[in-house]
Amino acid sequence: MNPELIKKLPKKPSKIKFYSTIGLVAAIIISSALFSGFSFLDIIRNLKFAFRLIDSMFFPPAWSYADNVIKPLLQTIQMAIAGSFIGAVFAFPAALLAANNFIKIKWLNTSVRLFLNFFRTIPALVLASLFVAIFGIGSFAGIVALSIFSFGLISKMTYESIEAIDFGQVEAIISLGGNKFNIFRYAILPQVLPQYMSYTLYAFEVNVRAAAVLGYVGAGGIGQTYQIWLDLRRFDRVGIIIIISFLAVLIIDFISSSIRRRLV
Amino acid sequence: MTTYSKPLPVKPKANSIKKTLIFIIVISLIIWGFDGLNYNGIMPSASGTIIGMWNGIIHPDIDYLTNWTVDGLPYAIVETIAIAISGTFVSGILAIPFALFASENIVGKRVSKIGKFIITMIRTFPELILALIFIGIVGPGAPAGILALGIHSIGMLGKLYSESIESMDIGVKEALESCGGNSMEVLFRAVIPQVAPEFLSYTLFRFEINMRAAATLGLVGAGGIGAPLIFAIRGRFWERAGIIVIVLIITVTIIDIISGKIRKKLV
Repeated sequence: MNPELIKKLPKKPSKIKFYSTIGLVAAIIISSALFSGFSFLDIIRNLKFAFRLIDSMFFPPAWSYADNVIKPLLQTIQMAIAGSFIGAVFAFPAALLAANNFIKIKWLNTSVRLFLNFFRTIPALVLASLFVAIFGIGSFAGIVALSIFSFGLISKMTYESIEAIDFGQVEAIISLGGNKFNIFRYAILPQVLPQYMSYTLYAFEVNVRAAAVLGYVGAGGIGQTYQIWLDLRRFDRVGIIIIISFLAVLIIDFISSSIRRRLV
Repeated sequence: MTTYSKPLPVKPKANSIKKTLIFIIVISLIIWGFDGLNYNGIMPSASGTIIGMWNGIIHPDIDYLTNWTVDGLPYAIVETIAIAISGTFVSGILAIPFALFASENIVGKRVSKIGKFIITMIRTFPELILALIFIGIVGPGAPAGILALGIHSIGMLGKLYSESIESMDIGVKEALESCGGNSMEVLFRAVIPQVAPEFLSYTLFRFEINMRAAATLGLVGAGGIGAPLIFAIRGRFWERAGIIVIVLIITVTIIDIISGKIRKKLV
């Protein structure tokens, strides 16, 4: 190209910011790998232990133990159902208070959100171990932990949906002289209900997975059975527990996600 | 109400049998769920425990917070963040081939179904069990946690990546091909620029989740804050448990805010 034409072309945007960002991100990743002592060599060197463990778990698993897995598995599902139901019941009012287009009191919205955020930051396992200290070992502590965890999850997603509703319907009801309850009943509820139910099902899916490990801190369900055999190093029984709970989760996920696809 | 010129339209007939049936099934499932709620009352020591927890939150163990050695809280929290970052990075890289293998517009419908199934299988495998397997390989410590997160997160990232590959605008790719671009040029000028912001945004989102997961992996000995937290709760050292929970909440919230801001800019 001739120099005249090049002068006319707009200048390329500076790439300094782009490269410095990449450099910063790379530095963060490399330093965290170094800090935690992560090395690929160790992994390759010790790969045979992994194969030995997998071999003792699944080749073959203790098929005869399968019958004993069903009962704790059903308890796990019960825990997940109860937990997501309780969480969902409390989540809707909380979501209404947190959404800034239904109740326009800024300090209330913000404080409810902070409160919800507080619950979401504590991992379910930590909640469960706290409640085990209060309610003793058993599924009740697990259900309380799952309820609080699902409450945080469902209410966050629901208030975001409430804020994203089509406001035309609300205005239509206001222009007809409707009060707050009419707005809730005829504008917000019909728009948000399918999403709310979908979030509840999603929380249920997450809860099934969470409930399967809560037993590790003594909060009931299949995790408890799992921990016993792991401590006794009966890996063949651990293997059958993994296989059965894996199948259960797969089936539940499939059913729940096909219902969710119909809802929204 | 007498001024209606036309009668209101008839309400559409709901499929009442189907609705009642679904209602009954859902209600009975919920009742069955609550049947498992075997409430045995609170522990006799519960009131003392609650008072202890409350005191622990009010008077957290400040010495532990300012302990800058390997046994202190700062080290544990930095290690947790490092596990989350490295684990997310590993899965971000590993998820790309899985995602390509699961995308209909890359490998065709049949192969993509297999790829999707593999990704679902990875997603269903619990992290804690993966952590235990990896502890068997690299011994207890942070690397086991990184591997567990790195493998487990493929399940979610692979799914989200493949969805964004499938919803990619094919026109750009076709335009490049019609100009005589080779497959490398198609990859770097059509595919990557389109999917990169979404990939980064999903990876950051997964980082937020991994941060919480990394805080619990310590439970089985895979490094991070989880181990000191569980020891504190089991040993009823509420002052120590209190400071750990407070610092954990603050750290997770700060990371959520930063990551959320970046994600908003990306997409």
